[in-house]
Parts: sequence; C-alpha cells; structure tokens
Amino acid sequence: MKYIEEFQDPALARRLLDDIRATVTRPWALMEVCGGQTHTIIRHGIDQLLPDEVELIHGPGCPVCVTPLEVIDKALEIASRPGVIFCSFGDMLRVPGTGRDLFQVRGEGGDVRVVYSPLDALKTARQNPDREVVFFGIGFETTAPPNAMAVYQARKLGITNFSLLVSHVRVPPAIEAIMRSPSCRVQGFLAAGHVCSVMGTAEYPELADRHRVPIVVTGFEPLDILEGVRRAVRQLERGEHTVENAYPRAVRPEGNPAALAMLADVFEVTDRAWRGIGTIPDSGWRLSERFREYDAEHRFRVTGITTREPAACRSGEVLQGLIKPHECEAFGTLCTPRSPLGATMVSSEGACAAYYLYRRLDLGPGPARPATTPDRPTVPTAPLEASPVA
Amino acid sequence: MPETALDITAWTCPAPLRDRPRVVMGHGGGGALSAELVQHLFAPAFGGEALARLGDCAALRVGGLRLAFSTDSYVVRPLFFPGGSIGGLAVNGTVNDLAMGGAQAAYLSCGFILEEGVEMATVARVAEDMGAAARAAGVEVATGDTKVVEMGHGDGVYVNTAGIGLIPDGVDLRPQRVVPGDVVIVSGEIGLHGVAIMSVREGLEFGVDIESDCAALGGLVRAMLAVTPDLHVLRDPTRGGLAAALNEIAAASGTGVVLHEGRVPVPEAVANACAILGLDPLYVANEGKLVAFVPREHAEAVLDAMRAHPLGRHAAVIGEAVEAHPGLVVARTGLGGTRVVDLPLGEQLPRIC
Repeated sequence: MKYIEEFQDPALARRLLDDIRATVTRPWALMEVCGGQTHTIIRHGIDQLLPDEVELIHGPGCPVCVTPLEVIDKALEIASRPGVIFCSFGDMLRVPGTGRDLFQVRGEGGDVRVVYSPLDALKTARQNPDREVVFFGIGFETTAPPNAMAVYQARKLGITNFSLLVSHVRVPPAIEAIMRSPSCRVQGFLAAGHVCSVMGTAEYPELADRHRVPIVVTGFEPLDILEGVRRAVRQLERGEHTVENAYPRAVRPEGNPAALAMLADVFEVTDRAWRGIGTIPDSGWRLSERFREYDAEHRFRVTGITTREPAACRSGEVLQGLIKPHECEAFGTLCTPRSPLGATMVSSEGACAAYYLYRRLDLGPGPARPATTPDRPTVPTAPLEASPVA
Repeated sequence: MPETALDITAWTCPAPLRDRPRVVMGHGGGGALSAELVQHLFAPAFGGEALARLGDCAALRVGGLRLAFSTDSYVVRPLFFPGGSIGGLAVNGTVNDLAMGGAQAAYLSCGFILEEGVEMATVARVAEDMGAAARAAGVEVATGDTKVVEMGHGDGVYVNTAGIGLIPDGVDLRPQRVVPGDVVIVSGEIGLHGVAIMSVREGLEFGVDIESDCAALGGLVRAMLAVTPDLHVLRDPTRGGLAAALNEIAAASGTGVVLHEGRVPVPEAVANACAILGLDPLYVANEGKLVAFVPREHAEAVLDAMRAHPLGRHAAVIGEAVEAHPGLVVARTGLGGTRVVDLPLGEQLPRIC
C-alpha cells in the first residue's frame, strides 16, 4: 500500500487548504487529541499553511507525556532490581523520573530492553524462565489490546515470570475533563483515529452533544489532518456538532470487536493520574481482578517512592491546550530535549519537543536558540591547518 | 462521570537530568550527546589543536606532506547483515572518513578485540571481508593487533581501524569554507544501512529485502575532485544520518542550510520502514553515501560526474547554504511548510504508537 505518497500529495493538500479557506469566516480553535497528529502537523508545517482563523491546540494525547511520575519511578525501581528484564517501547527510555531515566538504569547495570511489541517481551519471558520479565504497558486505547493479549497468552501458556506495569489511559474522559475546565477554548476536536480503530465511535456522540462540539475522527498523514480540519470547520461554520469519521480506511463505527472483548476481559476502568494534569476519574485501565497476578505493581510491591517535581515548567497547561509550548518561560532555555524539564519535551510526540525541533525558526531569536546553547557544541572555526597550505 | 475540576495552577513537571553520572547509549549515537562527550571531556583531556577541529579526519602536515588521519571502531550487531559485514564496514568506514578530507586512503591499521569462544570461522569471514573491501578500495592493511576478552565481555568481534592518506594539492575540504549560495548534493538514496541493520537486529520484516549501502567512496570523491578541486566540504552521513551531517556543517560554517525535503532520495522501502517505526529517514545511518557543499558555478558539472559514477547514480541536489538562520538546517516540506531539522540528541527511538 503506497499510503505515504498518496496521503502527502501536495496538489490534494492545496485543494483541501483552498476549501478550508473558502469555508472559514471567523476564528475557530480545534484540538488535535493525539500526539501523533501533533507531530505530523508540526513536522509538515501544516499549522503554517492553514488560514489564520484556524488555530490548532495541541491536546494531551501523548501517552509518553502523561504517564505519571510515580509510575515512571516504579518502572525505574523495578528495572533496577537484579533478576529483572525490563522491556519497554523505545520512547519511554528517555522520560525523566525523579532524577534519572531508564537509559541511566541501563547504564547502571539494569537489564532494560527495547521491544516493538509486548509479545516480544512475552517471548523473552519464555526464553528466560529464571528471570522476571516486566513489560511497561503504557498508552491509550491503541496499545491496550496487544498488552491485554500478552497477559492473556501468558496465562494460556502457563508463563508465570511475566508481568505488566500498567498505566493505560482513555481518551473520552480526557475530552470530558478538558471541556469542563473553566479555561477551555476548544471548539472542536480531531479525535485520534488509531484509538477509534479499536474502540469505534460509540463513546463520542454523547460528548459532542453535551458540549456542543464537532468531533471528527482523524488519521495521521498530512491529508488526513487537513480533511479532519476541513470537516470540523465546516461543521462549526454551520453550527453543527456531530461525530464524523474522516478515517474510514481504518475506523469502523463498531471498532474492533475482538479487541474490545479482550480489553473487557483483561482490564477494568479505574481513576488515573495524568502527568502534569492531575487525576481524571475513570480515565484509565488497570488489570482486572482475574489477571491481578500479572500486575507488576502487585507482584513487586514497590514502596517508598517519593516523587519530586519542580514547578519550573508548565507542561500541564501545554497538555491542556491552554498555552503553546514557547509561551512557557523555560522553553528552549532551562528546558530542551537535552535536559527536559517535562515529558512533553522528551517524547517525539510531545508538543514541546515538536516545537523545539521544528518550530524555533518561527519563534524568533528568543530563548529557543541562545548564542551558545548547551545542546549544540560550539565547533571551533580555526583554519584546517596551523600553517597555511599553498 | 463525576464532576472534574482541573486546577491548572497546581500542575508541575519533572526534574531535569543535566549531568549524567554514567555513560548511556546516546553518548555513542553520533548526536548531541556524542559531541558533548568529545568536546567537554576528551578534547580538554588530550589538548592539541588538531583534535579541537573535530572533523571526521584530521588534516596534518608531516615532513612536508599533507596527511589525512582517521580512526573508527566498529561494534555492529549482528556481525553479518544484508549487504555487508563488520569487516567491510571497518575498511569502508575509515576509507570514507579519509575520503571526506579529500584523501585517497593508502594504509590502514586493524585492531581486533575478540570474545573468548567466538568461532574461528566467524573471525575468518570477517577478515576475508576486510581483505576484499581493502582490495576494492585500493588500500592496504599494513599493521594490526589482536586482543581477546573473556566470554560475555564483547559481542564476538569488535574491530578498530585507523587510516592514513595523502591530501592532493589544492584540495581544502572543511565546513568553514562553506558560503551562502553553495549547492548541497547527496550522492544517492538515504537510510539503507540503518534500516537493513534494524531489520535483522530487531527481527522486523518490512516486506522487501533492504540491503546496506556499505561502499568505499574514494573513487566517487576522485571523480568529483577531477571536475574541480574547489569543493568546499564533504561528509559521509553515518550515525545520525543526513540530519547530523548537515547540522555539523551548518554549525561549523555559521551559514544556514535549506533542505528541500521532496528532493531527498528516500527509497520507498526505507520510507515505509521509518513510517512503521516512527523514525525520520533523515536521521537514519548510511555507509556508502556522501553529502557535498559545492560552489554554485561547479554544481552542475559535479552532479554530472557523480551520476556517471556507479556510487552516484542517484545523486541529487537537495538544498543550498543560505545567509538566513545561521547554524540551523531548515527543511521546506513537501506541502510547502518549513521545519527545523535539528541535531539528533542520541539514538532515534521507535515511537510507541
């Protein structure tokens, strides 16, 4: 499937942009929920191409960014224990806990491994029966089914040295919390297409009705984003607030029934703390009672965690769409990908990292790039040789 | 759902990790962490002017000769991969570092660090690959050393090579020579080596066989210098990929670089693999490519000469040096937007979803 070229076609993008320009008559603020969408928007410069009336507010949908500090610290503690093989998706390794990250744990001798699937972690458990293998099960509804499958398989195969450190989060309660926030400016949502490919769209009409916001299920390629914006703007201009599926090649209204059945069996809904935001009721999943023995928190009984978060950074407000990353005083000075204050500067899907990587040019010569930044070594510009060569 | 009152005034964030007390993998990733390690730890400890220039190879004057001198260690896993092996890599990598200084590699040294228990047939295969690569590159392995470490203290075979070569008169390749208006040319399709290694190391199947582009670039550089010795700078974009190479040149030259993203040759298989893993092809390693900053008046002739060479068939003009945004690499995206292409921090990490 040649989806990359097809869904990045400049001519089609121009047509969509023209359509948006022709439709919009007043300012609108849309939130793209998912960090993957934020990454696409900034990487391709879509926010620069949209008419001034359309503002994109970056949502809290990066699972790396919102994993609570306490859970990261538990991961660090478990990964440090002898006899443990700690498996994780790659981008969790650089997220700062209290004072260190998983890369440092590995540098200190911890067995931390990057895997591409929880089933790889399960395979590692089968290959190392004398070790405890723990998989860091984070993410939205997208990554929950394979994690559920791993636990399900572990039970089916009688693998007892495997467990999950779970910090799953759910999108609809987060949208609810954002809309209820007194400072909320969001008038429409681009819902996360991959989440809906699992969950379907049934959870959204009630939210759209109650808060009178259009919700457009949107994909992740540039044309997907533009189509999502086009449909949301069209609804807003018409005074409508319905749920639309602009990602039909991946999303069916009923979602993925097999995945939903697996989720219902293995997980149960719980309150969940979101890093930088706070606790949102019913916004997470934990392993259900039937599968509690595979819960790493339960198995390892991590106690004595003291989290420390300085108040220098405002990633909570960024995650909530209340400020843009560069409006934080720490952005680009105290806080860079090299020395992140917050997870939003760590994850490639984090809004702050996306702005730092791709947008500093538009933000002027301010704090984003001081004359000698600690992130960029100053290369001496001495001539190549001490004695000039004829 | 119960009422949720979000109190944003209480929102907080984690502590910075400024000074790492131990080495992490990113220190060897060819990005910002690697550069800081060299600049803040090694260079002050060693002293010396030549090292302070921080090039891929040192350009030295010894007894009236202009010598290029370079060293590199190879710790690739697996030892044998589609399109090459650690043996070919160890020769070509150092030959290419010398070529980026304009030098034709003359002699290499070879230091083996072998792990106790590794099969002799494996060592023989590596050595034979080195010999074949050396013959193809026209370079001789003139001296060497072997050490054995206890089982469990190495990945079977580590190789270090160092090389010397002569820099022709009239050739002066360094980033400080870059001026606004210079044309940026890449010698071919990017990302092949990194994706090939990933496909075997991680057991990822991308539906097509992707082979490393591992090759010696001395001949291609000679063909370019034959058009004009006045090339300004060459880099082989290995660790950190094209993005790291362009950033190093932008920072050292004090000019800005504009990259036209749509003109960068990215094979479809590489683009697909990167899309699946959430990686950017601009940051993926190459082992048989170069990027050149060429004076505008010579660009067309140099490009023609590159395309006439087997290793430059897919050479393309991908950008230019500009006065604006000094030290920054800015990409013009296919849709017409712009973005900064930064120096990678350490290694790229596959994204969660």
